[in-house]
Amino acid sequence: MSEPVLQVEGLRKAFGGVIAVDTVSFEVAAGRLFAIIGPNGAGKSTCFNMVGGQLLPDAGRVQLAGQDITGLPPRRIWRLGVGRTFQVAATFTAMTVVENVQMAFISHRRRLRALLPTARKLYRAEAMAVLERVGMADQAERQCGLLAYGDIKRVELAIALAHEPRLLLMDEPTAGMAPKERIALMALTADIVRERGISVLFTEHDMDVVFAHADTLLVLDRGRTVATGTPDAVRDNPEVQRIYLGGSGVEAAQRAMEARA
Amino acid sequence: MDPAFFFIQFLSGLASASNLFLIACGLTIIFGVTRIVNFAHGSFYMLGAYLAYTLTAQLMPILGDVVGFWLAIPLAAAAVGLLAVLMELLLLRRIYHSHELFQLLATFGVVLIVQDLVQTVWGPEELFGPRAPGFTSFVVIFGFRFPEYQLVLIAAGPLVLGAIWLLFNRTRWGNLVRAATQDREMVGALGVNQARLFTGVLFLGGFLAGLAGALQLPVEPANPFMDVNIIAEAFVVTVIGGMGNVLGAFLAALIIAQLQAFGILVFPQITLVLPFLVMALVLVVRPWGLLGKPETTTSHGFAGDRPLRPLGRTQQLLIAGTVAILLLLPLVLGEYGQKLALEVFVYALLAFSLNFIMGAGGMVSFGHAAYFGLGGYGAALLVHHLGFGMEIALLAAPLFAGLGALLFGWFVVRLSGVYFAMLTLAFAQIVWSTAFQWVELTGGDNGMIGIWPSDWASDRTVYYYLSLLVCGAAIAFLWRASHAPFGYTLRAGRDSTLRADAIGIDLKRHQWLAFALAGTCAGVAGSVFVFSKGNIDPGSLAIPTSVDALVMVLLGGIQTLTGPLVGGAVFHLLEAQILPLTDYWRALLGAAILVLVIAFPMGIAGFLRDKLLPDDDRGDDQREAAARGAAEKGRAEAPT
Ligand SMILES: Nc1ncnc2c1ncn2[C@@H]1O[C@H](COP(=O)(O)OP(=O)(O)OP(=O)(O)O)[C@@H](O)[C@H]1O
Ligand SMILES: [Mg+2]
Repeated sequence: MSEPVLQVEGLRKAFGGVIAVDTVSFEVAAGRLFAIIGPNGAGKSTCFNMVGGQLLPDAGRVQLAGQDITGLPPRRIWRLGVGRTFQVAATFTAMTVVENVQMAFISHRRRLRALLPTARKLYRAEAMAVLERVGMADQAERQCGLLAYGDIKRVELAIALAHEPRLLLMDEPTAGMAPKERIALMALTADIVRERGISVLFTEHDMDVVFAHADTLLVLDRGRTVATGTPDAVRDNPEVQRIYLGGSGVEAAQRAMEARA
Repeated sequence: MDPAFFFIQFLSGLASASNLFLIACGLTIIFGVTRIVNFAHGSFYMLGAYLAYTLTAQLMPILGDVVGFWLAIPLAAAAVGLLAVLMELLLLRRIYHSHELFQLLATFGVVLIVQDLVQTVWGPEELFGPRAPGFTSFVVIFGFRFPEYQLVLIAAGPLVLGAIWLLFNRTRWGNLVRAATQDREMVGALGVNQARLFTGVLFLGGFLAGLAGALQLPVEPANPFMDVNIIAEAFVVTVIGGMGNVLGAFLAALIIAQLQAFGILVFPQITLVLPFLVMALVLVVRPWGLLGKPETTTSHGFAGDRPLRPLGRTQQLLIAGTVAILLLLPLVLGEYGQKLALEVFVYALLAFSLNFIMGAGGMVSFGHAAYFGLGGYGAALLVHHLGFGMEIALLAAPLFAGLGALLFGWFVVRLSGVYFAMLTLAFAQIVWSTAFQWVELTGGDNGMIGIWPSDWASDRTVYYYLSLLVCGAAIAFLWRASHAPFGYTLRAGRDSTLRADAIGIDLKRHQWLAFALAGTCAGVAGSVFVFSKGNIDPGSLAIPTSVDALVMVLLGGIQTLTGPLVGGAVFHLLEAQILPLTDYWRALLGAAILVLVIAFPMGIAGFLRDKLLPDDDRGDDQREAAARGAAEKGRAEAPT
């Protein structure tokens, strides 16, 4: 088998007394979708933030295709080919949708400091192509901050795809969306990454979405790895069923997610 | 030197530390709970002194010296507390959710109003208060005479610290204040009680500032400059201690006061600069002060920010028409009119350069005048001391300002929000103090005179065209940069630092360059200005000039590119027309600021934009949602 795209070893982070992530290790194979699941507060976002560079791990190592990226700032990690979306969408709210994506292109081509060209005209065609792919081309000229939340999530996906990453980090890509829309967006994401051979690390509260698309799962609970393996293996794991998948647990997760939306 | 003398110096340091702490602790408590940096805190202090003057004069004859005096002090403090409550009810309530720029400016508006109020009620002269009954004599310490009253002041600081500790730890209300300071979410959850909590906090803060002013009366006469003199230092103490942290303020007050007490022995010229230098140093090592907590805000956008659009046909025609009129203006304008017009160019450029970092970059600078002044002083020094001509000065002085901005910018971009504003203010004060105290080089308070254009440009009309050309070119350049990737990068960082970082943008570096670029352009404005006036003095880089620049931007509209140009023009023309007619210019300006902040946060250009060019897909409720979103998103958007 080829080298894993992402390799995480013994990652650990504590906030004051709370150990948010406790010695977690996993690997994401090339071209695969890898899901981290777990109840609220399990430490999923903290994992994403340590991989993406937003948080500094207390211990452990993150390697991208064999290169140590632990503790690098997010912008460096992005330049190495990692795109990401956030649990609470982060976009440039006072720019248009297409400008949001153009910014990623401008940065990728290292033209951020140009003083003379008109930014609005740079890489427009490329940005439109990405928006087309995520189904946002018809809203390209709208101000991003005025979009429906589900659409903002699509814009975030487009931004993350712009520099043709080899790895996507998606922290709850469909949080805050209606169930039907959720399934559609995740199917779209899966299509895109499979056709481009992008690896994905994602998390979701919607188990339908997770089990429909993930190749491998990791279950976290209060920072600790409870189980890891194929969807079937995880589904059958008794401890996972007890803490997480047990009938009421799923519904609780669902309710919690809806409440947050 | 005599160790006993050092001890006396140390005691004096303690006395002024107490005074500083009393002011700073109210400031820091108010900030902790309401997140508003209260410029008017210096005004509370000044009012405390004046009210104590009046109350002692009334009460001491009736109740006897001792009772009268010691009753007047807390009464004055309580009266100031009530005035602070009034400010909370009438003003702060409307701006708790506004951008920090609006909050800072609004409380500065109060400063201006109180200044004129105080002069009207008590007159411009210094008013000497009575000596404190019971503490009129000296004690002898190691052979030195030390005023008894200073000992009272020394005790006041720790006493107040202890009282606040009891209040915060032993009462329910105090617990609420502490909780609200630590956890912003909690304040929202308080619901109805929030209003009462905020009002109470303002009373407490006002009371403490009033107390500080009243206690100072036996030492220092009440005078109309107390507010501005003290507020800058109070900011320094609050920031060094960590905004919102009372104990931090206590420590910082001790540090600053002792440094001042001993610094004056070693290097008297540096006293004005010293606190700001210390603050800059502390912030470099600990960006949130000694005991402060990091701010989590990741967005600094303004309500009503919209995408930049290319100029429409009408706008292009309008601009072409304006340029044509400006070119023809000398045909109809006399000497005075041309001078006024070229000052408008200068201020338009100053405001435009400020908004390049503020509107686009979300960096609220309260010290932009520093770079305007550095440009002016740079030119004046080149001409005055080195004998260069105007041409060299106009080229080199902006670079001098730019270098200053590059140096200070390296520090300030490490911070954001109110911390950024405070540090820019501090650096501007450093530059101001230098210009003020380094008399041999700068001429001190009097400044430098006789800085005139070269012969070929000495004709008013020629200099008019030269100014139009230079300022116009600088504005055109910044305009271009705003539409270029560089400007977009700044806007990206303003909207979401999190997202900017996640698409490879080294935000600090770009903000730094932008700060330097804006400083250079302000320097252009300053150097053009100095040759028009023929002289320069420290006023050109003082806080009021920085605030004027902010008001120009606000008046014109932060959210638009044309706004600062319109604002600079309107502001300067109004100032030129109205200032000579009234004794209440400051109060008028203050009131205008309040009206702008509360009723017209979009400014003239923003107002016109929304009236004339509404976005098609934007209904009124959507616009409201956008405004609300912009106000709230800063809090919502942490990397979860
Ligand atoms: N910046 C922080 N400071 C303090 N504690 C934090 C911080 N971020 C996360 N935590 C804590 O760490 C734990 C893990 O949080 P995390 O956000 O990673 O969970 P999560 O699995 O993403 O949850 P959710 O499903 O709700 O998004 C929680 O107990 C949380 O309260
Ligand atoms: Mg999360």
